[in-house]
Amino acid sequence: MTFDTAENKPAANAEVLSPAPDPPPPIPPAEHSMAGPEPREAGRWKRTLRLLFKYGIYGAFVLLVAGMSVASPHFLTPVNIVNILLQTSVNGIIAVGMTLVIITAGIDLSVGSIVALSAVVAASFAHPGGYPLIVAILMGIGVGLAVGLVNGLLIAKKGLAPFIVTLAMMTAARGLALVYTSGRPVINLTGSYDFIGGGSMLGIPLPVVLFALTIAVGAFLLHFTRFGRYVFAVGGNEMAARVSGINTHRILIAVYAITGALSGLAGIILSSRVMSASPAGGAGYELDAIAAVVIGGTSLFGGIGSIAGTVVGVLIIGVMNNGLDMLNVSSYWQLVAKGAIILLAVLLDRKSAA
Amino acid sequence: MIMDRYVRNAHNGDGRRTIAPMNGNIPMTLGHRASVDYILRMQGICKSFSGVPVLRDVNLDVAAGEVHALMGENGAGKSTLMKILCGIHQKDDGAIYLNGQPVHIRSPKESLRHGISMIHQELNPVRAMTVAENIFLGREPCYRFTTIVNRHRQREQAAVLFEELGASLNPDARMSSLSVAQMQLVEIVKAVSCRASIIIMDEPTSAIAGREVEKLFAIIRNLKSRGISIIYISHRLEEIFRISDTITVLRDGRFIASRPVAELDGAAVVRMMVGREIRELFPKAQAAVGSISLEVNGLARRGKFRDISFRARCGEVLGFGGLMGAGRSEVMETLFGMYRADAGVISIHGRSVAIRSPSDAIRHGLALVTEDRQLTGLNLKASVKANMTLVSLKKFCLARHVLRLGEESRAVDAQLQSLAVKARDQNQIVSTLSGGNQQKIVLAKWLLTDPQIVILDEPTRGIDIGAKADFYHIIRTLARQGRTVILVSSEMPELLGLCDRIIILCQGRITAEFTRGSFDQEEIIRAAIGQRRES
Repeated sequence: MTFDTAENKPAANAEVLSPAPDPPPPIPPAEHSMAGPEPREAGRWKRTLRLLFKYGIYGAFVLLVAGMSVASPHFLTPVNIVNILLQTSVNGIIAVGMTLVIITAGIDLSVGSIVALSAVVAASFAHPGGYPLIVAILMGIGVGLAVGLVNGLLIAKKGLAPFIVTLAMMTAARGLALVYTSGRPVINLTGSYDFIGGGSMLGIPLPVVLFALTIAVGAFLLHFTRFGRYVFAVGGNEMAARVSGINTHRILIAVYAITGALSGLAGIILSSRVMSASPAGGAGYELDAIAAVVIGGTSLFGGIGSIAGTVVGVLIIGVMNNGLDMLNVSSYWQLVAKGAIILLAVLLDRKSAA
Repeated sequence: MIMDRYVRNAHNGDGRRTIAPMNGNIPMTLGHRASVDYILRMQGICKSFSGVPVLRDVNLDVAAGEVHALMGENGAGKSTLMKILCGIHQKDDGAIYLNGQPVHIRSPKESLRHGISMIHQELNPVRAMTVAENIFLGREPCYRFTTIVNRHRQREQAAVLFEELGASLNPDARMSSLSVAQMQLVEIVKAVSCRASIIIMDEPTSAIAGREVEKLFAIIRNLKSRGISIIYISHRLEEIFRISDTITVLRDGRFIASRPVAELDGAAVVRMMVGREIRELFPKAQAAVGSISLEVNGLARRGKFRDISFRARCGEVLGFGGLMGAGRSEVMETLFGMYRADAGVISIHGRSVAIRSPSDAIRHGLALVTEDRQLTGLNLKASVKANMTLVSLKKFCLARHVLRLGEESRAVDAQLQSLAVKARDQNQIVSTLSGGNQQKIVLAKWLLTDPQIVILDEPTRGIDIGAKADFYHIIRTLARQGRTVILVSSEMPELLGLCDRIIILCQGRITAEFTRGSFDQEEIIRAAIGQRRES
């Protein structure tokens, strides 16, 4: 699947009023300073690097997959691929919403708490002999949407900083989840609730289908609709967008509401997969989503980004976790690797932007 | 090296020697002038970006103590040449001599050490700091053997520097409280305190007006008398002829000529710049003025303007003159719904309308090309296409929401062509376009809405003469099509040449109105500075 990535060329480094400077040469390999390998070896190393810089994060992803395939024979198997997609679907669904928010030059720290709140609310409507499944689903998504709306209203109408509003909401929503459940997990869920996280369509797990749908709708919204253009316009220059007659408040409210609703969906999937909903769940999910978005080349300053990039960002994190698991790397080291990947991605992005 | 010594002085407590840098050094270089004709020679400078040559074999010779005007249309290579001199870019070929010695300038720091300072067009001071703190940023005078800033001496030194320049500014004032002209002054003082022997000024008058320009010129003469050379970049011909000694013209990255001002006149310079003679800068064709399209009665916004009443007709170009800060932009922004008016009635085509937001204004057929295209006109991170169709996006949508990309693309191409925009393609990011072309994108954005009333706020500020001529032509064309054009401008020739009627504002009030045929420059200026009041 290809997406329109025309907006995905960060211009932050471009000189105003002058043509873009030459792409900087790849980092000189270390053997310049050492009595190193023979020149042919160096040439190949250089060529690989240049290729990497040219395609940025997409090239890095291909290299990562290739490397993992060589390292483990079990990596590139249909079972494992589905497994990776299943593991990434929750983070992926949140990250699609987060992409919209970050393109408006905002941030949403409350998504992890929304996941927990939506999960416990949805689960509480899914006890055996209670409401139909659809009610539980609508309640979960509805709660997420409502919290997102409050975020958006405060940010747009009151002009508060997104970081502060969503930080407050992160705490408050977590509190609500704990109040709602008295701090205990919601268990004893009806068998049909399992379908969302455990069911499958045409052999594909339902969470993966939902992730794919979210990507498709998100990419369509962002790159092929008027709304998407306005999202970029608000993030690129809010004043100019307002002068151009765009209702910037409505756009801001919408992106936070969408992210809230998607977080609600993610909460339902999460609770359905383990058939219980914990008010402490979803902690740290906001950072995973932000990491995926940033790895995907979306600018934290707003105005630049793409869904395609975010999807690759989500998959890079997923492939890393999965591959390192397979190679029996300790989960502590995996955290270090994830941090390194985030930094590397931002560096790559800067190089390929020139 | 000079810098080093200066810093060391500043740090070891010897205040007096640091505050009179020019007295010690520059006369010495003047003494050498018998053997060295030029303080700066740039010879055969070449530079390409991504294989595209932007400078080809360019020369620039600057004598000590002269004001050297560097002219050329946007994209002629002036900025690149100056960035090479400042160490921001590296030359591909050619040589730079300072006082006859070949030098390599590899970084802005080295350039500063060679006594070259640049006053950028867009000033970027640390707004939260004081004037004195900004001047000595990174070179603060300290107490002996410590890194504790000696604020008292810092303040004193700053005051002396201002005095030497014949200017007055409180060293303790916050930068954020200063006007653009005052910030410029701080930059100049900073350059002088760095013992600059060459100061580059990039469009220093683009954001200041009237008396402030006179003050700037007085300071430039002061610098000249101390043997400091000024490289002066500007598009304003009258200024160039008033202040400069030599003019060097670049065109399309090539050196065209370098001559003493006395040998040139305006037409000759323009001819060199554009390679053709612009006979008709202002197209004269008059449009037939029709019915009243816009009527404003008693418009007021507290603290900004009051009692603004005027009428504009279809096919008319109505000018708004006055000094900066007279409230012209504020009137237009309020008219456009960016701010709420405290009082007043706006009627469009005889019907009273309520304009509470820009989208209301757009619906009533208004368009506003704002004064500051970077701040309120463009999304610099987005493409030419995304910027151009932003206001009229609904026209390019299926069911009002889904983009019809092909249709959009065709409309953008048509605009690019009809406005003669120099852009690689529609997906080029607008921040990489020159000022004139950026401005054309803003205009195209509004023309796509087919507006009946077009408000242009300083549309030709900071753009080159070729693009200016294009704009003048477009303005007359819009009027001929029966649209109303409201032109806010600080450039007298523009108002006189283009407008059917001129309204003058002074301190938030209308002080005079002139109709074509009774334009009187002196009267206009008097109204602008408030010496005449029509009852």
